[in-house]
Amino acid sequence: MSVTLAPKVDAGLRVPRPARRHRYLLWTIAAAALIVALTYLLPPFRNYQLATVGAYLCVTAGLTVLTGLNGQLSLGHGALMATGAYTVALVQEALAGRGQWTLLIAVLAGIAVATVAGGIVGLAAARLRGPYLAGLTLAVAVLVPAIASTFDQTFNSDQGLSVYVDPPPLALGATFPYERWQAWLAWAGALLTMVLLATLIRGRFGRSLRAVRDDEAAARIAGVNVARTQVLAFVVSAACAGLGGALFAVLAQSVSPGAFPLSLSLFLLMAIVIGGLGSLAGAVWGAVLLVALPALTHSVTDSIDVSPAVAQRLEGNLPLALFGVTLIVVMLAAPGGIASLRPSRRRRKP
Amino acid sequence: MRHIWSALAVLTLVAAAGCSSADEGGGGDVPGVTDTDILVGTHMPLTGPAAAGYSKIAPATKAYFDYVNANGGVHGRKISYKIMDDTYNPATTQQVVRELVLQDKVFAILNGLGTPTHTGVLDFLKTNRVPDLFVASGSRSWDQPDKYPGTFGFNVDYTVEGKILATHVKQTQAGKKVCFLGQDDDFGRDALAGIEKILGPVTAKQSYVTSNPNVGPQMGALKQAGCQVVMLATVPGFTALSLGTAAKIGFKPQFVVSQVGADLTTLAKRLGAATPLTEGLISANYLPLSNDDANPWIQLYKKVNAAHNGNAEFDNNIVYGMSVGYLFVQSLQKAGKDLTRDGLIKTIEKGGFEGPGHAPLRYSADDHSGYGGMQLSTIKDGKQGYFGQPFETDDEAGAVVAYTTPAATPPPNGIPAAS
Repeated sequence: MSVTLAPKVDAGLRVPRPARRHRYLLWTIAAAALIVALTYLLPPFRNYQLATVGAYLCVTAGLTVLTGLNGQLSLGHGALMATGAYTVALVQEALAGRGQWTLLIAVLAGIAVATVAGGIVGLAAARLRGPYLAGLTLAVAVLVPAIASTFDQTFNSDQGLSVYVDPPPLALGATFPYERWQAWLAWAGALLTMVLLATLIRGRFGRSLRAVRDDEAAARIAGVNVARTQVLAFVVSAACAGLGGALFAVLAQSVSPGAFPLSLSLFLLMAIVIGGLGSLAGAVWGAVLLVALPALTHSVTDSIDVSPAVAQRLEGNLPLALFGVTLIVVMLAAPGGIASLRPSRRRRKP
Repeated sequence: MRHIWSALAVLTLVAAAGCSSADEGGGGDVPGVTDTDILVGTHMPLTGPAAAGYSKIAPATKAYFDYVNANGGVHGRKISYKIMDDTYNPATTQQVVRELVLQDKVFAILNGLGTPTHTGVLDFLKTNRVPDLFVASGSRSWDQPDKYPGTFGFNVDYTVEGKILATHVKQTQAGKKVCFLGQDDDFGRDALAGIEKILGPVTAKQSYVTSNPNVGPQMGALKQAGCQVVMLATVPGFTALSLGTAAKIGFKPQFVVSQVGADLTTLAKRLGAATPLTEGLISANYLPLSNDDANPWIQLYKKVNAAHNGNAEFDNNIVYGMSVGYLFVQSLQKAGKDLTRDGLIKTIEKGGFEGPGHAPLRYSADDHSGYGGMQLSTIKDGKQGYFGQPFETDDEAGAVVAYTTPAATPPPNGIPAAS
């Protein structure tokens, strides 16, 4: 059955694909040019924030494929990021001082290890539904600090590891700002992720994802291997989280369990819901919100003149409150998330 | 796909618009220094597991700066002190220090607190050539002039402290089983290294992490091992937790505690009605104790505390914070009117600092460690007080010897003079 039905659908879509691929390439080049231009315009701290958006984008894009398109809820993406980040720290430590290329090896290793971890979680996840899946992934997220302090010889407990990162290549000039280099690295990863995911979800794999999400029984009748699709979705998403985590390690030049708390996993989920579940544009919005909202609340608490004690309490809790309020407002005003708001066109009717 | 990039384009425009206003600050050649102002920043645990006691340090430093500012400032410049909360989470420290250096363009980072937190920003501060002064921790990492030329310690390093505390244990508790509980990072490791230099291997050692506020298993293991003396390298919250947990399981060793976790006022606040558990606790310090009203430094600090710190409850954290402020003002005075980052570091390396401490400050081109010795203290009838005399030593094999130079007296107006 799967042999007869699937190729037929595929054949119908084969014609426009090369054209679309070219379009992706053009858009990506345009976006890359925009980012490069931006890194020359922005002051260093904004470049650092821009780089952080890039790193977050890898994760939110992967998560939106898993949760938005495949309907699997993961509360454990922070842990997958940590896997990628710690791998980068350990590999960079082992290869320190041999040149720029080690970073590529380290990041690839980070993606690989996170992919394997994601595969294992995914195998279990394919058997679980709804709250049970959430519970399993939650447990994974909670494990990180415990693992770091149990194997403190390797992971150095709460203090974490520092990540050796080479300065920008000399070919770029001796005074090339470090933050601009970081933004380039992060966005190279982010744009690559976006292109690969966009290509992936437009094809047969994307249809399988959506079919499984909408109705497992129907998908199975249509010849989609449900379990395999779910595991694959998890693996793809974990690879993206691994890349994001690896980039975070490079940006912060350190990894520690405190950088990957449970709240990070929850924030990631909230961000893609606010941004727009199931669309990559939503993932972009989500990544921006993850950086912008805390920064915004920080400047708000900075500018209003309250007693230090009150400011202190606001500082920790205001971002959470703001995230919550944003979530409520967006869900009321635009249930499809920010990405569904299109000023030029009305919402498409099915 | 198009929506993705249109979203991106909108965002970048917003970002570009939003940032053009953030470019100001730090006019002139030296970041954070103008003719009328010096901006310095710090990262502190104002909330979170290590906030107990420590959250009072930076406001006290700021209060001392306000006092100096009210009296004309340093070489005509007023000092602004920006305090950022990092909740003792190394990942947050990364963020707030970047914000201070890249966005606020501070002249220097002063007294950033914590071993695990500050260790993570050493490289960043070095790359950006930011002076990293008087770190609020006793890790030996701060004393690496070759690797981190801009970083200076303030606290007695934990190995020196461990040696001095262990020497006391060796003399007064000979033949007893000595055990150790420490934080699972360089703080705990450095302290244990110092202790074992004097006592040899301890009978049992345990560790804790600040993200898990429970020392039940550790205390149980130490009790099981028959420990008679327990040496703690703990932050105040975990000192209190250890004392309380030990009492709960009927374990009554002699506790010997690192200075950073032994302030009685802070412990009393955590222990409440169980404060008598601190009776007999042994520790050490290198600054005047907050309850020593006869000390002229304490009199000065109390005056500043009343005028500029909202008369906060006076404890050793405030003494500490103001002493840091005093040392920083002293460095600025010595550095002179033409303040530069390199100039300040060179000035500190020349040494010759005198202040409230009764242990030596030995800054030089190849010594960036903080205070070099301490005096033992104990808690008796609910009052923390010194006994014996100050000792000094190094973090290597050097002997623990008496330090006899008396502490300086503060200048009449409480502000170090320009020299």
